[in-house]
Amino acid sequence: MLIIISIAALGGLTLLLATMLIVANKKLHVEEDPRIDIVEDMLPHANCGACGFPGCRPFAESLVNGGSLPGKCTVSSEEGRVEIAQFLGVDVGAAEKQVARLACAGGTNVARNRAQYQGLQTCQAASLVSGGGKDCFWGCLGLADCEVVCDFDAITMNGFSIPVVNEDKCTACGDCVEVCPKDLFSIQPESNRLWVACKNLDAGDEILEGCQVGCTACARCEMDAPGNLITMKNNLPVIDYSQNHNTQVPIQRCPTGAIVWLDKKKGVIKGEKSKKIIRKGERRIATT
Amino acid sequence: MLSFLSKTLKTFRHGIHPGDYKDLTRDLDIARLPFSDELTIPLSQHLGAPSRCLVKVGDKVNRGQIIAEPAGFVSIGQHAPVTGTVKAIEMKHHPSGKMVESVIITKDPFSPQTFYNEHAMEWENLSPDELISLIQHGGFVGLGGAAFPTHVKLKTPEGKNARFLIVNGVECEPYLTSDHRVMLEQSADIFLGIRILLKILGAEKFYIGIENNKPDAIALLTKNIPSDMNGEVVALQTKYPQGAEKMLIEAVLKREVPSGKLPIDVEVVVQNSGTIAGIGMMFRFGQPLIERVVTITGPGINNPANLLIPIGTPLTDVLDYCGGLKENTRQVLFGGPMMGAPQSDLDVPILKGTSGILCLTDEEVTIKEEFPCIRCLRCVDACPVYLNPSRLGALAKTRDYEGMLEYHVMDCVECGSCSYVCPSNIPLVQRFRVSKALLREKQAKAVKKSA
Amino acid sequence: MSLNKTLNINTSPHIVKGIRTDEIMRNVVWALIPVAAFSVYAFGISALFVIITAVVSSVLTEHLLCRFADKESTISDWSATITGLLFGLTLPPNFPLWMVFSGGVIAIALGKYIFGGLGYNVFNPALVGRAVLQAAFPVAITTWYPAFSADRFTTISSSTFTFPFAQPVYDIVSGATPLSAFKFERISASTMDLAMGLTNGSSGETSAFLILLGGLYLIYRKMMDWHIPVAMLGSVFLLSGLLHLIDAEHYASPLFMLFSGGLMLGAIFMATDMVASPITPLGASVYGAVIGILVVVIRTWGGLPEGVMYAILLGNALSPHIDSLIRPRVYGTARKGGQA
Repeated sequence: MLIIISIAALGGLTLLLATMLIVANKKLHVEEDPRIDIVEDMLPHANCGACGFPGCRPFAESLVNGGSLPGKCTVSSEEGRVEIAQFLGVDVGAAEKQVARLACAGGTNVARNRAQYQGLQTCQAASLVSGGGKDCFWGCLGLADCEVVCDFDAITMNGFSIPVVNEDKCTACGDCVEVCPKDLFSIQPESNRLWVACKNLDAGDEILEGCQVGCTACARCEMDAPGNLITMKNNLPVIDYSQNHNTQVPIQRCPTGAIVWLDKKKGVIKGEKSKKIIRKGERRIATT
Repeated sequence: MLSFLSKTLKTFRHGIHPGDYKDLTRDLDIARLPFSDELTIPLSQHLGAPSRCLVKVGDKVNRGQIIAEPAGFVSIGQHAPVTGTVKAIEMKHHPSGKMVESVIITKDPFSPQTFYNEHAMEWENLSPDELISLIQHGGFVGLGGAAFPTHVKLKTPEGKNARFLIVNGVECEPYLTSDHRVMLEQSADIFLGIRILLKILGAEKFYIGIENNKPDAIALLTKNIPSDMNGEVVALQTKYPQGAEKMLIEAVLKREVPSGKLPIDVEVVVQNSGTIAGIGMMFRFGQPLIERVVTITGPGINNPANLLIPIGTPLTDVLDYCGGLKENTRQVLFGGPMMGAPQSDLDVPILKGTSGILCLTDEEVTIKEEFPCIRCLRCVDACPVYLNPSRLGALAKTRDYEGMLEYHVMDCVECGSCSYVCPSNIPLVQRFRVSKALLREKQAKAVKKSA
Repeated sequence: MSLNKTLNINTSPHIVKGIRTDEIMRNVVWALIPVAAFSVYAFGISALFVIITAVVSSVLTEHLLCRFADKESTISDWSATITGLLFGLTLPPNFPLWMVFSGGVIAIALGKYIFGGLGYNVFNPALVGRAVLQAAFPVAITTWYPAFSADRFTTISSSTFTFPFAQPVYDIVSGATPLSAFKFERISASTMDLAMGLTNGSSGETSAFLILLGGLYLIYRKMMDWHIPVAMLGSVFLLSGLLHLIDAEHYASPLFMLFSGGLMLGAIFMATDMVASPITPLGASVYGAVIGILVVVIRTWGGLPEGVMYAILLGNALSPHIDSLIRPRVYGTARKGGQA
């Protein structure tokens, strides 16, 4: 008898709750464009925010509403973007590949520390303690906040505590730009190969004491560059990428190698006149 | 018996009792540091917009002459601390670690270095706004360390009323004695300064808050209050961080400043005693803020001292005058041990906000082993704004900044009491500083977006 | 002047209070030593074996787990020693050693390490170990050895060296503990005997006096939150006092409740596990009171004579919720009444 009562009670409860769920599902159903789900499925699900939306779902909504074009998604492959464009019957939109670039080359082999920082081993914490102890106030602190924040494993620290961006893996999501307390990263079109790898606003040879690859604001690149491709602003060369910048001429006479050519295959190319740096060969000491 | 008596003195809730280490310099008279050959005056020594430079390279300047004017309301004037020539205007290392545009002046070796324009300044017939402008152009900032422009706090916003002026003579940071010495040696200037501030604010009463580890200052100021003034000296229990504005107001008046609001919202204005002495001095004989009293102390310095130092004097000259650093010095701080800013290099100038120079040796600067949080609640007991640092620390570790907001991280005053008491040596206050900086950045971005 | 070295920079504050976590933990061990010594005095060599086995198994487990995880061994923070000591003190003195050993392993592995080690455990590890043993060996854990037997320093209880998985053989078995005597036979022991520890029971729970002494030492050194034991003992006293007033025949006197069983040890050394208890004073008081009420409820109406262990474990489970409900009022924010 007891068994029957319990079965009946539980069964009744199940039925009641199931009915409530069904009613709720029907009553509270929200009409949604079914294409949103499909488009969202085509997106990479990285939720990186590079498109300017908080995640893939809002971006999919915007795509379906015609608010943006598939090209805005830097993470998906070329084919993926074309697929979405065809599905929605729209243009792919601008899809020039963009990557994160670092405006500093002052690794432990070339740059000096003014003081020994102790404490939380993150750049954000160190930068609040007297700037982090690096002689160059603007330079990379090398504590790898960007490596940690990168969801795509596109950033690795090299042996001299300088982050190196793997351009194939980089999706230009902008996380490293946001996390760097010294604002050294920026998102650039991949075709921008002429690059100023320094942010030191000081001028003169004194800065070489702190970092051998810093820009001394000698302005040789400004003189050598065709037309007004390069202008000096705040003791740093500024490249006007709207002009034809496919030239290696400006890097040739740079005495320190602060302005470089980022070759897709050969990596960083420095000018012939730039001082050869004697690598100390010291490896990065594990920071504890 | 004595400790029982001191318990009955006023104070705020929570807080910590670090040793005060003030014996090194407590009884040393203020001495004047000789003028250095070259002084560096950063155009940004205060919170707010950098001052606008008024001189060119090669200009001759007189001691006390204005060399930069305020660039906006939250900005101040800067003056030449020596008679000499402007050698350069360039980026120089600033004690905050930044590079800041600075005016470099070389001393004229033949000048007597007297203040060029000595005269008592008229104040009784000036309006509050005129007086505020004089203080702004006089270059006054809070001399306690934060270097917030003094005149900004004196400008009472519409609809608010400043009934009380609290003079901050607490000096709760261990080691430092500069305010203590100023109160002992310049009490007349302090009372003149109070008179002027009371006139500006229209306040009815003033209090001078002093901790009871300075009994001589309490006695002297109590004795010297002019009979026509309505105010009193309040002896406070010695406790850190009593010198923080909010804590001092709670200790003296038992009022709490609402979260996110300013002291003026509870009808109070707090000013540092050294600042007030400086203002008194300016109205007595016209000299703007071109020098200040600094305590040079700590186990790492050979001859600790209280020195009157021209703003912009190189740190190395000051240390040389005090017999130099000991061999085992490991760290040099601007300010006290609880909130002071570590210096990465000795190539920096003394600023208006430099209350002390503390030299610590290898013995004090050791790397402490970090243990996991055992939730012993020492930090909860210490936090003067009643936060839960243990919980906040855990949230910061997982980068849950939204969660930290919910636990009121923005109310943290960064006094460091939690880190001080933590038996597990967790860098709590450093985590909060980083989180607060990030959150502020985020908020600024959100504001920009909505604008 | 010049300086021939780089200075250090680190974040303020630049001075810290000297006390360290391992120091706190070590002091808890000091406070427990008299309790352990008394239990050896009262129960003889068997108790000594139990306590030593418990400590060794806990420390060894912690050390080996750290080794396996390729981390630095954390035994130097003394927390595993405390767990072992407390765990050993909650067991009957004639408990088979292999059971003690496996309990110690469980206490550290399942009670502490699985959550991430010191600072992350949800429950008091020692009690987790004991709870598992209670479920696994219900007979062995309620078979008591008489206190102050004449030959306690010369002979070892026959059950001590039972082979693993064999049935323990008991040569001498005492009568019931004061609590079970009261529960099942309504015989009440004298408060004085209870306070001094002249009764039967687990190794460490008999001498309320020495436990209180250890607690006072820790409170004096500011290494323990006094709110928890005060709230816990207070609520036990009040609730059982009320019941005793209503019906003295059925309900034990409040003093008997206070000094019997594991309440003292639990209130002073177990419920106060800082990691598993609330962080605010008010939260700690609520937590203590809840445990106290649970103790009385289990003892009076539950099936078991003793309920401190389960009461504390339940309290531990509540503690995070108490913490998220009771937060300190932040300076400058509105009080409950609405006034800022």
